[in-house]
Amino acid sequence: MKKTLFSALTLVLLYGCASTPVEPEKPAEPSVQTPAPPVAPPLAARPVQPAPQVDLTKRSVFYDYDKYDIKDEYRPVLQAHGKYLAENRGKKMLIQGNCDERGSREYNIALGQRRAEGVKRMLVLMGATETQVEPVSLGEEKPRCTDHNEGCWSQNRRSDMLYGGEY
Amino acid sequence: MLRPLMTRPAKFLAALLFVTGAAQAQLTIEIIGSGAIQIPIAVLPFAGESVLPQSITEIIEQDLSRSGRFRAIFVGGVNPLPTEIAQVNFPEWKSRLADAMVIGQAQRLPDGKLEVRFRLLDVLKQSQIGGIAFTFTAAQTRLTAHKIADFIYEKMTGERGVFSTRIAYIVKQGPRYELRVADADGQNAQSILISSEPIMSPAWSPDGARMAYVSFQNKKPILFVQNLSASKQPAPVANYRGSNSAPAWAPDGKQLAAVLTKDGTSQIYLMSPDGTNLRRLTSSQAIDTEPFFTPDGQSIYFTSDRGGSPQIYRMPASGGEPVRMTFEGDYNVSPRVSPDGKILAYISRVSGRFQLMVMDLESKQVQALTDGQRDESPSFAPNGRIILYASDVDNRGVLAAVSSDGRFRQRLGIQAADVREPSWGPFLGN
Repeated sequence: MKKTLFSALTLVLLYGCASTPVEPEKPAEPSVQTPAPPVAPPLAARPVQPAPQVDLTKRSVFYDYDKYDIKDEYRPVLQAHGKYLAENRGKKMLIQGNCDERGSREYNIALGQRRAEGVKRMLVLMGATETQVEPVSLGEEKPRCTDHNEGCWSQNRRSDMLYGGEY
Repeated sequence: MLRPLMTRPAKFLAALLFVTGAAQAQLTIEIIGSGAIQIPIAVLPFAGESVLPQSITEIIEQDLSRSGRFRAIFVGGVNPLPTEIAQVNFPEWKSRLADAMVIGQAQRLPDGKLEVRFRLLDVLKQSQIGGIAFTFTAAQTRLTAHKIADFIYEKMTGERGVFSTRIAYIVKQGPRYELRVADADGQNAQSILISSEPIMSPAWSPDGARMAYVSFQNKKPILFVQNLSASKQPAPVANYRGSNSAPAWAPDGKQLAAVLTKDGTSQIYLMSPDGTNLRRLTSSQAIDTEPFFTPDGQSIYFTSDRGGSPQIYRMPASGGEPVRMTFEGDYNVSPRVSPDGKILAYISRVSGRFQLMVMDLESKQVQALTDGQRDESPSFAPNGRIILYASDVDNRGVLAAVSSDGRFRQRLGIQAADVREPSWGPFLGN
């Protein structure tokens, strides 16, 4: 229960500033229908979506500098999303690859693309179809963290998985 | 008596507009180093210059000084101002150590247009090197000053001047991104595009009439080609699945190279500037990006990690086997070829720092031009003499320029904004 609450909060944090309203949808499992925590009232008006399992609330894969290989620790997360996409063929996903600010902006577009492409390939292996997932790159153009140190850079070397309605 | 009374309020209004515009838009230039050999030149105020909206000789003198090739000589205390060679006291200018001098006159014509006649003189030979008359509107005063500076530069150095050319760059101020075009001295900036999402990779068409760029307005990189005289953004020229980026024009303006990921990893494609006639140029499993045409249009330089790390390659623009060009270090990117085709500028990572390098394409000799932390996006001036690039000072993006021999440097920045991705436009009238 504590864990679900945490993931629900994460969702609020993740989508708190999204401009497009999240499309209401019935969660696949009743367990995520947690009552709104008193500290975050918007949750009641914002159905958790799609998140039928705890794993699906994890949406990011992080990388080492200049690298695009997916570390083993992210396999369960990708497996869960791949399975969800396989079971929900109508669902679409955008994968955004990101890089830290170092190096050529255009090369970073290509590197971010490769990161997103790697996530896509893994999801397809796990059951998603090619047409469900579009890998794109944001290069170094949309940093989550804007300081100029490794603490920030490691957060910016990232692929994010966004479901239709979330971007 | 009537005229000054009527013009004064108008002048005041103009000054106000200028100041408000300047607070946001103006690039300020700081000269860091200086060229070794500088021609001492005296640019005298033109007789009757006060009819012009701006001091034309001040702009000429600043252009010449900023080029690093000239040193301005003090011109105070001259009365009356000479307008003909016979009126020039050459021994005095020789004693002021001027090698060359510029004299002229300005007047308002009956039709309201402005006219400037000037002469470039050789002080030592006491002769005229050249002279021209320009007729122009008040709004063309700066452009006319730049053209006169170009004329002087060419006569004195034997190379074409770039003062009347334009530069494009991206400004990020808070959440706002702007694609701007300005005079080569950073003045007279105009917004081409304003967006709340990133804008990248501006590239001038060879005729200077259009700009290719990448916009994230639809949450992913999409390629546009915009007519600079148009007020509206056109439809994208490449909006395929995945990312669409890295535009580069063929020298004839009839083809555009760009990087698409519609078939998998980032690969280079060629297309017409309207996006039609698409065909794939590279076919690797690796990253192929940052295409750049050679001035003869025969070859394309690009960045690829096909050898395990990003390096620069060259291949025929018609397709064929790429040849690797860089071998030192494990990160060499952003190739740009000089307008004469003799020099390759690129960015190299050296001990964690990103520096601007130049390679002599004949001898393959490599030289570092900068020692910055984050230098990127080099762009040659159309005369090949200066390379404009993006740098940073106190974690703020600025533009910097270095002469291609590394001797002369300057910085262009905007207060409280990031300036990045400079692209130097072509010569006018080409």
